[in-house]
Amino acid sequence: MKTVLSVDDSASIRQMVKMTLDGAGYTVLEAADGAQGLAQARSKTVDVIITDLNMPVMDGMTFVKELRKLPAYLGVPILLLTTESDAAKKAQAKAAGATGWITKPFQPQQLLDTLKKVIG
Amino acid sequence: MSTADPKKMFEQEAQDHLATLESALRDRSGVPGDRTLIDTAFRALHTIKGSGAMFGFEPAAAFTHHVETAFDKVRQGKAESSPELIALALRARDHIQVLIERPEEADARAGEAILAELGALSPSAGAASGASAASSAPAAAGPRTWRIRMRLPRDVLAHGTNPILLLDELCSLGSATVTPLTDEIPLLQDLDPAACYTGWEVLLTSSEPRQAIEDVFIFVRDEMQLEMEPMESVEKSQAGASAAKGAAPSPASQGAVQEGTPTGVQAQLKPPAGQPPAEAGKAKSRSAEAAKVASSVRVPAERLDELMNRVGELVITQSRLTQIAAASTDQAVRAVTEEIERLVLELRDTTMGIRMMPIGSLFGRFRRVVHDLSHDLGKEVELVTEGEETELDKTMIEQLNDPLVHLIRNCIDHGIEEPAGRQAAGKPPVGQIKLSARHAGTEVLITITDDGRGLNRERIRARAIERGLIQADAVVTDHELFQILLQPGFSTAEQVTSVSGRGVGMDVVKRTIEGLRGKIDLSSTAATGTEITLRLPLTTAIIDGLMVRVGQGRYVMPLSAVEECVELSPEEDVRTRSHSFLNIRGELVPFLRLRELFATKVPPDPYQKIVIVSSGGMKVGLALDQVIGEHQTVIKSLTKLHSSIEMFSGATILGDGAVALILDIPHLVEYGQMNEENLRAAE
Amino acid sequence: MTKPDDTNALEVLTFNLNNQAFALEASYVREILDLVPVTEVPASSPFARGLINVRGKIVPLADLRYKLGMEERPPTIDTRVVVIEVDLDGDLTTVGLLAEKVHEVTTIAAAEMEETPKIGMVWRHEYIRGIGKRDGDFIVILDVAALFSSALQKKADLNVHAGERHAA
Repeated sequence: MKTVLSVDDSASIRQMVKMTLDGAGYTVLEAADGAQGLAQARSKTVDVIITDLNMPVMDGMTFVKELRKLPAYLGVPILLLTTESDAAKKAQAKAAGATGWITKPFQPQQLLDTLKKVIG
Repeated sequence: MSTADPKKMFEQEAQDHLATLESALRDRSGVPGDRTLIDTAFRALHTIKGSGAMFGFEPAAAFTHHVETAFDKVRQGKAESSPELIALALRARDHIQVLIERPEEADARAGEAILAELGALSPSAGAASGASAASSAPAAAGPRTWRIRMRLPRDVLAHGTNPILLLDELCSLGSATVTPLTDEIPLLQDLDPAACYTGWEVLLTSSEPRQAIEDVFIFVRDEMQLEMEPMESVEKSQAGASAAKGAAPSPASQGAVQEGTPTGVQAQLKPPAGQPPAEAGKAKSRSAEAAKVASSVRVPAERLDELMNRVGELVITQSRLTQIAAASTDQAVRAVTEEIERLVLELRDTTMGIRMMPIGSLFGRFRRVVHDLSHDLGKEVELVTEGEETELDKTMIEQLNDPLVHLIRNCIDHGIEEPAGRQAAGKPPVGQIKLSARHAGTEVLITITDDGRGLNRERIRARAIERGLIQADAVVTDHELFQILLQPGFSTAEQVTSVSGRGVGMDVVKRTIEGLRGKIDLSSTAATGTEITLRLPLTTAIIDGLMVRVGQGRYVMPLSAVEECVELSPEEDVRTRSHSFLNIRGELVPFLRLRELFATKVPPDPYQKIVIVSSGGMKVGLALDQVIGEHQTVIKSLTKLHSSIEMFSGATILGDGAVALILDIPHLVEYGQMNEENLRAAE
Repeated sequence: MTKPDDTNALEVLTFNLNNQAFALEASYVREILDLVPVTEVPASSPFARGLINVRGKIVPLADLRYKLGMEERPPTIDTRVVVIEVDLDGDLTTVGLLAEKVHEVTTIAAAEMEETPKIGMVWRHEYIRGIGKRDGDFIVILDVAALFSSALQKKADLNVHAGERHAA
């Protein structure tokens, strides 16, 4: 039973992710921005993180960097959920420590496939 | 399952974004060239575009996409902002709104006109911005064999990539032979356990196009070394065979051991990164179809039970093997035995996990129940849930539905007062029912708490005396009084409503919970509220246990309940004869003497051990003769001849064939307490 | 559990408990084993004090002497475990019975069975199906179902008084 942390300032996206992953047997935790996401990551045990890039309070890029500073999250897959298809942005995210990405718009099956790719 | 509809949520969000867009545009018209407003406008468009397509608003998304492109040019300074652009943008915004609110009324030509004008104002605004790299690979003619050499960057593991998954994905594309490249693995003293030093060579025969194979590495492609070259199929089958043969006897570990440099590769055997040498030389052949497996499969429950039984037997047999191997001096045997132990443990965990589901699926249904009931009964109630992720065996969840619904009904019907009554009592008019679930040691605790009027002790007592259940002058504890509530036919309700009050439900609830080997506890404060706690055992049939010895008998207790072990010196043993308490770092911990509880006849070990366990939030010590050690325990149920002895939750067969009883800690503690009370009463 | 037709002969397993010959219907019997190590169950009824391992299955070990009011004696080299299958409150359960000596499976013809006298009997007559005669000796034919149905009633009592040590 894997736990996924879904971070996005859009409630509709979070809901979509939750419904997709719930149905596939994942446990889903949510956060609306990077700061909340960090709080969740610190207090719970999370197996994979899915995060948007553009968020208020703390954006996705900073969130990824902060996450990688936590010893417990070294080696935990982090996926970016983003509308950006810009190669430079992707490279920047990778440098920050992200594992992979999912582009929006996405179909539920794509989400599940990508998740399976990084978490098995 | 939550009933929130993401589509509706998106519509709401879109409206918010459109409002933001409008105010940004209107504001903007006063200050040309203001960057933050452009960014705000852009972000609003961007979000609508990105999410719109996902929730079925494709026309809106497509249209917004083009508008966004135009704005992007402005944002990048490649186009001029102007009042004409703003006015156009406002028209575009209105059009987007129509596309979202009333898509069937949208005028496509008006939309096109807007886009055309946008295109005129900002050059090449109509061009679609960078599409994501499409893997438009031509369909492959037939299976080809590729020689793939891959080297990942050192820090790939820290970034969450699991090389094993990459290899698995490769292998799922066809039939493959995987060989590790170990030449870059340093010696132990220079080895960073979090780094990836291994490369791999994979000979893959697949009908998938090259692009599909490269896509496996999509996330790491830029940082890794990847060489892919096709090989002639004929050569491949021979090369494959010899590679398999050649690779088989030389998994990195063995080869290195023979060369006398074990340390560098020994470390490789158990790195935290998890690169098992078992990968080496294994010919994996799975068809590509297997990769397209459904995300879930329906399985008859009996098959799962059978699977669990097999796994259980495997666990027992493996522990016998471990025992035998421990006595052996054959290194090879011991190594393989350890490997088998690890595999069996993993198998056990996987199998156990199959039937566990989060209780949230149950909680979700209750919102509707609460909503309907409060409406029917004229009360205002909100449901708060906690611990949805707590996992239970699936069959248990199904059986809990009815009892929980009944308990919630009772809360609303009898517990929560009407809004007027609540206000008179100084409470908020909306009553609250809190449903929470959590793991506690070897149990799952589900509590239903309400802030209603609480249980009326006097009324229950009066009714119980009426029924002859207790004597008029009997002294009854709260616990016992509340338990009477759970008797069949018992009800203090003045009026029988259509919903409850007949006293029919509570005893059924009790029976169902007891059928699951659980218990119900009630507690209440008059006028403040009531709390009902359901304690259910985790039905996992294989647990991590701690084996102990009391006299000649061996017993197993769930490791999850164990906190620590301390020694009881003979002097302390004597000193604590009359009052069995220990001082553990300043805390007074009571303990039970299992030797006495179990009426052990053989002489005691000179130094008794005390295993401190947690039970129902309390710490209790269990004094016994010897702590033997950890033990993977397969729980077998006791027959009806012994199942009523609640302090034993089952029995297991040990490696040497003997039978050991499994302790149920909460019941054991209860039994011990009652025993002490009886002894004291007898004195 | 099929009750054998009383007008026909009864196939029984004969065995000794404390030098007295007993028999029980062979249809209950699954196998006969040598005595294996017994794990005692604390707080259990003296009727079923232990558990044994029968080829990987955990089986309770019952001592009929307790039910029949006979004294407990330590096992000898002849002691065997008669493994039976009996209905316990709706569950078909495998149980082992201690036997001091096991003789044979034999048939007792209806003509050789006599009514159980209501008085003058040492053993509780509700546990007895009848008295048989074999080679001039009396054999007490036990009612296995009766023996085990009362075993559970006593268990329920034990529960209510958990904490006290009752001789059930």
